[in-house]
Amino acid sequence: MSASIPIIEAKNVSKSYGRIAALSDISTSVRAGEVTCVLGDNGAGKSTFIKILAGFHRHDAGELLLDGAPVVFENPRAALDAGIATLYQDLALLPLMSVWRNFFLGREPTRGMPPLRRLDVAKAKKICLEELRLLGINLKDADQLVGTMSGGERQAVAIARAIHFGARIIILDEPTAALGVKQSGIVLRNVAEARDRGLGIVLITHNPRHAYLVGDRFLVLNLGRSLGEFGRADVTEVELTALMAGGTEFDELRTALRAAPQQAQQAQRLG
Amino acid sequence: MATNVSIARPLERWGGVRVFAHPGSAALIGALVVLVFFAAQSAPFRSLGGISNWLDPASLFGISSVFVALLMIGGEFDLSAGVMTASSGLVAGLIGTQTGLNIWFCLLLALVFAVCIGLLNGLIVVKTSLPSFIVTLGTFLSLQGLNLGVTKLVAHQVYAGGIDQVSGYSSAHAVFASTIDIGSGSFPISIVWWLAVTAAAAWLLARTRFGNWIFSAGGAPLAARSVGVPVRRTKILLFVGTAFSGWLVGTIEAMRLAAVQATQGVGNELTFIVAAVIGGCLLTGGHGSVIGAAAGALIYGMAQQGIVYLNWNSDWLYLFLGVLLLTAALLNHFVRLFAMQARS
Repeated sequence: MSASIPIIEAKNVSKSYGRIAALSDISTSVRAGEVTCVLGDNGAGKSTFIKILAGFHRHDAGELLLDGAPVVFENPRAALDAGIATLYQDLALLPLMSVWRNFFLGREPTRGMPPLRRLDVAKAKKICLEELRLLGINLKDADQLVGTMSGGERQAVAIARAIHFGARIIILDEPTAALGVKQSGIVLRNVAEARDRGLGIVLITHNPRHAYLVGDRFLVLNLGRSLGEFGRADVTEVELTALMAGGTEFDELRTALRAAPQQAQQAQRLG
Repeated sequence: MATNVSIARPLERWGGVRVFAHPGSAALIGALVVLVFFAAQSAPFRSLGGISNWLDPASLFGISSVFVALLMIGGEFDLSAGVMTASSGLVAGLIGTQTGLNIWFCLLLALVFAVCIGLLNGLIVVKTSLPSFIVTLGTFLSLQGLNLGVTKLVAHQVYAGGIDQVSGYSSAHAVFASTIDIGSGSFPISIVWWLAVTAAAAWLLARTRFGNWIFSAGGAPLAARSVGVPVRRTKILLFVGTAFSGWLVGTIEAMRLAAVQATQGVGNELTFIVAAVIGGCLLTGGHGSVIGAAAGALIYGMAQQGIVYLNWNSDWLYLFLGVLLLTAALLNHFVRLFAMQARS
């Protein structure tokens, strides 16, 4: 029932900075228990799009629907209150702090009355380990420093924190960009776990292979325009890759790279 | 890479990762080593009289070092912390001796003055994002000039004396400067203040929301703000804290001697930082321990007096401190590398 209405839906959303159109006519949707992938090269408009979803920017045209009703996020706080959490690459985690302190930073549970109001450490540790376990991360010790965790585990901490504090949609900004193959796998597994718990996920990436592993819906952007919006059934990984590579640009690059050795030989002869 | 591995593995195998990675543990072990070193060679050093002798400077340095450590964990420095002891002592002493107001009221005025200087330091740092090193160096020099200038102007000499003539002195003396005699030792009450301040600060840091915010303000202020931590307010309060410690130590010294030298406390600001670094505080913030800083001050007190007991030239104190500081800084560096190393 509820799956038929997207949590958030963009209809012909446009955004320009002065006379430069950063986004024009973008439509897609994010449903509970689904992963919507936003693909595109650098400068394609991915960042602008998530900043509109996260409340940093307001769109100039088109509509944003929250649970089917039009909405405009005045600021990041408003988006957060609507249950939209954005995880940037730094994840807002402190490496020299323990997992449980990171998990509750800024929203620590306390007990007792002032001036003896203190952290409820036992409760915080218990919740933190439990939330991580639900994402498939079994941590022995909530006192472990975040700096000693792998990239995938850190991502899990950030996702678990977002879920615990009421997120319905999690936007992941290039979560696999700085990671190796193994860690990327763990991140994608985290994404799948969160999806299976009924969250809507927006996965920003320029890696079509990663997108296709977990995605239910794909939006491909290029220079602020949509190159297409597909359900999983309507597109193959090969087609996505070709679309990402930008067709003619990719052919030109291939020609140029093939020509390079010949030019080098020519230069040698002349020299 | 190879260094990281060789540091990390033995610690891990010990199963005592948390003990050894705790930023204050090295300072506590160091204090024990220094204690054994001097106590083994000098009988007077280990007598009750000797113990009270080295606990005394340790307590005065310790009170300030604890607050400086909190500030350093929060990512900032306060170079005005040393000269503040003279400034607040002079405010109370000069007003008391010149106007005849009750000394408790004068101490309150001095506290207000100290809090204002702390607020000023904090506000300038968070509003401008200038390095606190420069901002508080400015405050330090300004206060040093004010201390001498105003004292000469008002008292026509370089100290404020005769505080014991001010009404309320005896009760203030009892609270801040009395001694407790145990055997041959005469233990100043500043030791109690030191222990109380250390315990309160350790609790604050480890067990309260504000403590969590201190770590995050120093470790990653932007990330902390993004999850709702009031980073600026936290830092300002920490500057007020170091100013408060200057007031407390200044009051203790003023009540002890019934006089305040206008040049007192200059140079101590670096000792506080040394104690905090020995205590495991990173210069970059985000990590450290107030118990470690208290132990760092203890090491300083023991070394300062121990060198006298061994009849060494006191010049060696600075060599000792320098080597200790470098060792501590290197140790902190490796502990940090160890802590940051992913083990998956």
